[in-house]
Amino acid sequence: MDINTLILIFVGCFVGAAAGYLGSFMVLKRMSLVGDALSHVALPGMALAIMFHISPMIGAFAALLIAVIAVWYFESTSTIYPEALIGVFFTFSLAIGVLITPQPDLLEALFGNIQNISLLEGLLAIVLSLILIFVTRIISKKMVLGSISKELLESLGVTYKKINFVYLLLVGLVVALGVRFVGTMLMGALVIIPAASAKNVSKSMNAYFILSAIFGIFSALFGSLTGIYLGLSIGPCVVLVSVVIFVLTYLVKGSEARV
Amino acid sequence: MGTLLTVENLGVVLDNQVIVEDVSFDVEENETLAVIGPNGAGKTTLFRAILGLIPYTGKVNWKKGVKIGYVPQKLYIDRDLPLTVREFFDLRGVGVTSRELSHFLSVVGFEGNEILGKRVGVLSGGEMQRVLIAWALCNHPNVLLFDEPTSGVDVSAEVSIYSLLNKLHNDEKFSIILISHELQIVDRYATKVICLNKNKVCYGAPREVLINKNLSELFGGDISLYHHH
Repeated sequence: MDINTLILIFVGCFVGAAAGYLGSFMVLKRMSLVGDALSHVALPGMALAIMFHISPMIGAFAALLIAVIAVWYFESTSTIYPEALIGVFFTFSLAIGVLITPQPDLLEALFGNIQNISLLEGLLAIVLSLILIFVTRIISKKMVLGSISKELLESLGVTYKKINFVYLLLVGLVVALGVRFVGTMLMGALVIIPAASAKNVSKSMNAYFILSAIFGIFSALFGSLTGIYLGLSIGPCVVLVSVVIFVLTYLVKGSEARV
Repeated sequence: MGTLLTVENLGVVLDNQVIVEDVSFDVEENETLAVIGPNGAGKTTLFRAILGLIPYTGKVNWKKGVKIGYVPQKLYIDRDLPLTVREFFDLRGVGVTSRELSHFLSVVGFEGNEILGKRVGVLSGGEMQRVLIAWALCNHPNVLLFDEPTSGVDVSAEVSIYSLLNKLHNDEKFSIILISHELQIVDRYATKVICLNKNKVCYGAPREVLINKNLSELFGGDISLYHHH
């Protein structure tokens, strides 16, 4: 394994940590499926970016920005969450994305390819991941309270809509960072599965946040290593490792419940 | 005694439906105002409007610098939500000192600090209500807004929550605005009652307002309140 690959695995760990931490709020908000499907929207953005020879990360983020505004709008204006509508919208973007992505790039866009990431992109991803974690930390208490009761949050003088918008924007950013590693099909999994696993075994919010990030790092690290050693696509390996962690934590939860 | 809250011609329209219409009332210091009315009468909407959580027409004027404590209707919390009671208090953002917290917990009837280590998801309905009251008290409120204090709480806890509220009201000297279904309780503890069914059906002291004519207009059918004289 060369030094470049090592550095990129290192980068993946940062993105994994940010994705896991940010995803923990998605799970609390009971919006796991939206978090998952959101990543599909990145595809048409990446396709357009490839066509116009700009960084796919920027294309992904532009597309996600639109999706995030849509999710935010639906979440704040409807009393009933329009999950079906979001399902339609997201699969629509996926279909369009598959059609317009140039054929040679399609597999990479869908399932990621760590080898094609430049060092500069890698460095940028580390810095952005740290910023994401930092900003999320600032709004974390408000987000948790809002997921329990918007009224309680607003009685403190905080506008849930504003906080939620900042949060969704951060999610859009982390997905844009991650699609290069694990691809648009699977990035959502890296946002949701570490957090779902952490929820299985956490007794406090603090433990939940830390474990979400750690499970994100584990998934990225061991998934990349497995993929490289077995010569497999890295994206699916990362997701499979996260699923193994989920199963293990689920078993731990089950055995605790029986005691 | 000053006026804490003045509401004039309050109206709320949500999704093109009139939920609250032309409601006026005021709340004095150290007063307990009860809001009663059938399901869907707009009671919770009225609360949300006076808290400024939703758009409304008309006037809502709080006394300057008033501090509001809000106790919401039963929260639906996952049993496995990884959040301890201590962390739940921390969510307020501004630091609550351990001493203050112990004080408020004892005020709502928890002995010791054991409750702080528990997860909020495993609390009983009564315990959760008392935690929510303590949570609201952390704001050192001049007025406590209370949405159906006893929904989802068993009868013995129900009685103790009302006697707790009454004790708080007497000890801590704040006003209470509460939504309630229990007419007996309203009769006993409220100093003023507002009956709501989209608009204001009746308003005044419990003895004047909770008469059969008003109640049957409000809830339909024969409802009467048995007065223990």
